[in-house]
Parts: sequence; structure tokens; C-alpha cells
Amino acid sequence: MPDAPGLELILAEINRSQPGAVIDTSFDREQAALIVDATQIIGVLTWLKETPGQEYTFLASVHGVDYLPNLPRFAVHYELLNRERYERLRVKALLNDPAAEHEAGADGTPAGTPGGSRPDGVPSGTATQLLPHIDSCVGLFPTANFQEREIYDFFGVVFDGHPDLRRILMPDDYVGWPQRRDFPVGGEPVIFTKDEVTNPGWWQ
Amino acid sequence: MGGAGSAGSLEGRLRDEEVTIGDLKTEIEDRTGATVELAPEQEMMTINMGPHHPATHGVLRLIVDLEGEVVRDLKPIVGYVHTGIEKSCETMNYWKVIPFVERMDYLAYFSNMEAYCGAVEKLIDMEIPRRAKYLRMLHLELNRLHSHLVWLGTSALDLGAMGVYFYCFRDRDKVLDIFEMSTGQRMHTRYFQIGGVAEDIPSGFEKKVRELIVTLNTGIAQYESLLDRNEIFLHRTKGIGIVSRERLLELGVTGPLLRASGDAWDLRKEGGYLAYPEIEFDVPVGTVGDGYDRYRVRLTEMRESLRIIEQCLDGLPEGPWISDDRKYVLPPRAELSTSMESLIHHFKLVTEGFRVAPGEVYNPVESPRGEVGCFILADGSSKPARVHYREPSFVNLQALRDMAVGEYVADLIQTLAMLDPILGGIDR
Repeated sequence: MPDAPGLELILAEINRSQPGAVIDTSFDREQAALIVDATQIIGVLTWLKETPGQEYTFLASVHGVDYLPNLPRFAVHYELLNRERYERLRVKALLNDPAAEHEAGADGTPAGTPGGSRPDGVPSGTATQLLPHIDSCVGLFPTANFQEREIYDFFGVVFDGHPDLRRILMPDDYVGWPQRRDFPVGGEPVIFTKDEVTNPGWWQ
Repeated sequence: MGGAGSAGSLEGRLRDEEVTIGDLKTEIEDRTGATVELAPEQEMMTINMGPHHPATHGVLRLIVDLEGEVVRDLKPIVGYVHTGIEKSCETMNYWKVIPFVERMDYLAYFSNMEAYCGAVEKLIDMEIPRRAKYLRMLHLELNRLHSHLVWLGTSALDLGAMGVYFYCFRDRDKVLDIFEMSTGQRMHTRYFQIGGVAEDIPSGFEKKVRELIVTLNTGIAQYESLLDRNEIFLHRTKGIGIVSRERLLELGVTGPLLRASGDAWDLRKEGGYLAYPEIEFDVPVGTVGDGYDRYRVRLTEMRESLRIIEQCLDGLPEGPWISDDRKYVLPPRAELSTSMESLIHHFKLVTEGFRVAPGEVYNPVESPRGEVGCFILADGSSKPARVHYREPSFVNLQALRDMAVGEYVADLIQTLAMLDPILGGIDR
């Protein structure tokens, strides 16, 4: 595990080749983390994976996080692992919520819910502009395929360049991003077939 | 009658007589006078396997492209038993989350609990008593035995070995009896608490576990003799579903699947959580990484688990089994009637729970299927702001395509069985 000074060294080295890529570091409860500019995430991950002496070649996990009410609101966490030294390093890419910015904009048009998507699950043109975007790392770490789909499914984070960005656990025609903090628990009615008599056409 | 109609009536002849696609083509062309294109793709067939199919070990749906009997492409579709466990966890106090996370991977409930409890203990910087560590290891390894026994029974059943299934489930029941003895439940025990374990083991527990070790040692030898000389089993597992070690690592595969390809990667050795560094055990590895190696690795792992259990019993330290930090741990029942402070602590913990300072923690644990990791984001309240599980089944399932493409569809069943996915864990 790189300690706090070790993290500062990594920060300085990455920022030498990619200025402004690493914004900050944190070392809390024995967990090392780099906070990274989301637009340069692929550069940072490539550097950490391929630079001799770093070689974080195994991507253990990718988490989506919603920091509401803090800003920037969303984050994608990459849990990297160096298998030789057994060192874990978390890379956090913070993402702003374009829907909130849109709503705060002066154009006065009411912002739609950012949950719109086509029935096949691929977000349609106007809706994706209201979703946070980040580059997909599937080319670098193929294991991220399902995990990025999961984050898209639950948080509505669009991974640009993902080969097959569809919902994975929720139904394809589902509307909304259920793991966001402002999505209510139990906010939708439970529908039973026995209610067909009183509520015809419930399946629509 | 159009060309399509003629082809339809000829379909029956294709089956009855020996008509090749070429013959069919000439015949249709002769009859209709039109040129017919029968590209090889027309022999490709897309079929749907599951979600309700006994061989998919749960509600897993596979869209399989077949060329004749050979699998050319495969897409897993999951989510049929998604119950929003991670979302529900956000509405619960820290200690009320434990029963939820247990029910994700329903064969590895102790591993799930350990990942969660360990993460919370890291968040509140709590060291658990040594006896609790040993009791946790003991139950984690019993859980590994239980999970592997269910896997072996159902997988052997998929390959037509009915007897092994009965023997495995007979022995699995004995493991569950032990869980019932120490925790009161056969499955989903909620035995691990934040700070230790819920209850000390009862008297007679050690004797029963030692009996189980003897029974299972002979039991494992029995399964081996049933399967290792079984011509059908060997033919169906050897040399099938091989994926290179490098590719498996790219796909993030961990656990017995990775070890079968010759990579001795085990978090119990590398991560050194609980008291595993004090325990002597080996990490079994395979050589080629086919179905047979996966079977051998899991079987040997069961033997190693028995070794760990034996050492846990031998070295079980005396002392408390749960931390006495009253801020996080319920006071003993007896104290409630004598001590006012205990009553207050008890009331606070049960009604509000404890607060955790803001922070984030990722705690990985070796489950029977690989690295199960629990990520918790604490926001300072008494409820976690995010609980995310890195489920080994979910990640390992991505390797199924690499394993199955180019093999026969019958071997897909075997490959899936040796992958050992638990759909409760995949869908959460």
C-alpha cells in the first residue's frame, strides 16, 4: 500500500507527463486513493498499469458512488491491485451532474428527469447530455465490461467507448437510476397478476 | 408457391432423407427458376438457454449462437433475481445491514458477512478479539466446505453422476447441523457481528466438528473414487473450457478458476486478514486450467479447509468472543438488569445504531468463488451511504464466453457448472 508520501510521489510523477491529471491524494484508514480529473482517467490508469515500478495490472473492482449532497456529485472508483507486492490503490474520478447544471442554467426550460432512455436501454440523444460522462476503460481492463454496465444501470454514468453499454441488472425498459441517493426506496407500486380484474392492462 | 414455401416442405426431407444444403439449393432453383442464396450463416442458429433451466444453476439466461453443435457466440443475460440489496442497505443501520448482505451469495453467507463486518471494523478502527478471529475462520472454512459440496453435487449431476449428488448433500447437511449448533440457523446465520461473533460456541461443538472432519475426509476420498475413474466424467471435463492465465487475469477472474490455471492467488495467503497468517495450509493449483483442473482444485481446497478447521480447533484461544467496546457492541444480556449504563448503550444501539465518521473502505475476502469485496461509504450518519459488493460470480461470469466459444453445446453445461456462478450473488 503506498503511504501518504508515496502517493504524493505518484501524483508528482503523473502530473509531470499529464499536467493536472491527479487533483489530490488521500490516505485514510490504511486506504490509499488518488483523486483524478475524470477527463484524463484513461491516461492515469494506463500510467499506473504500465509504468515500471507501479504495475497495477489487476482491476479488482469498479464502484459507482453518489456523494449527494456534496459536489461534485458522482464518482467512479477503480480498485487497482499490484499482485506482486499486494498493494491496493483506489483511483477516484469525480463527475459533476450535468442535469443539475442544466436546471440551474438561465434558459428557464424545465429540465426533464435525467432518466430517459430508449426501450433498448441505450440512452437517447438529449438524455445523454444530462448524464455524467467518462471514458470507458474496457480496452485497458476487459473486466470492467460488466462493472461499467452496472454503474451505468444504477447511476446513469455514461461510459464513452464501452462496447455494449446497456442496462445489466434492471430490465431494459426501466426508467430511472435506482442507486442514486435521490431515488426513493419503494417508490414504485408492486404489481400483481391478481390485480388484473381491478387494474386491466397493468403490464403496460 | 414461393421459394420459402418449397424450402419449408423440403425441411422434412432434409431430416428423413440425406439431402445436403447443396441439393436443396439446386432443387429449389430448379423448381422456382429463381436464384437462391443459402449462405453458411443460415446454418447458424441462435438459441435461448434458460432462465429456467436446471443446468444454469439459477435463473441465468444465455443467448447462444450455434453452428451445428458448436458454440460460436454467447451472451449471458442476468438480473432476474435482482432485489436491490445494495439499495436496501442504505436505509438500514450499520448492524442491521448484516442479514441483507448475507443473502447475496446464498452459499457463501459467512464470506459476505466477513467482507462487510471487516469493512465496518476498518471504518471504526476496531480490533476484534483473537477468539473471535478463530471462530470466524472456523465458520468461514466450514462455509467453504458447504459451498463446494453443493457445487460438486450439482455439477456432477449435470454430468450424469446422480450418486455423487446424494452423497454431497448428505455431507452438506452435516455441515449445516454444525451451523445450527453454533448459531441457531442452518443458513443465513447472522453469526458475525461488528466486533466479533454473536455467541460463543456451545459445549460439545468441538467434538462434533472433529467428527465431521473424519467423516468428510473419508467422504472426499469417496467422491474422488466415484469421479476420478469415471470414464464419462473424465472425457467430459479433460481439456475442455481452457482459458489462458493471462486472459483470466485480464477478465478479473479470481478464486478456484484462476488457481486451476496455475496461479496460486489466494487472499487468505496474500491479504492476511483475520488470523490466517498463523495457520498452515497450502494453496492448490492446477496445470492446464480445464474443467478437470477446476474440479481437482476445489476438491483439494476442501481438504485444506479441513486442515484449517482442525488448526482452528487446536489453537482456539480463550477469552471474549466479541469486543467490549460498548459504543459499537451490544452489552451482555445479564448486565441490562444491573447496570444503567448498559441499558442506555443497549437502547442507543438498538434504536439509533452507532455513527461512523465519514470515510470509505474496501475490504476484500476470499470467498469460495474468489475475491468478494465490500465497499462502504460512510457519511457520518448511522447508516451507510453506499454498500457495494464486488461479487466474484458477477465478474467471473464474463469469462464464460471465452471458455465456451468453439466448444460443443453439451460442454457448455459442463463449463458453466465448473464456473460455479451463484445467481443470487450476480444479481444482488
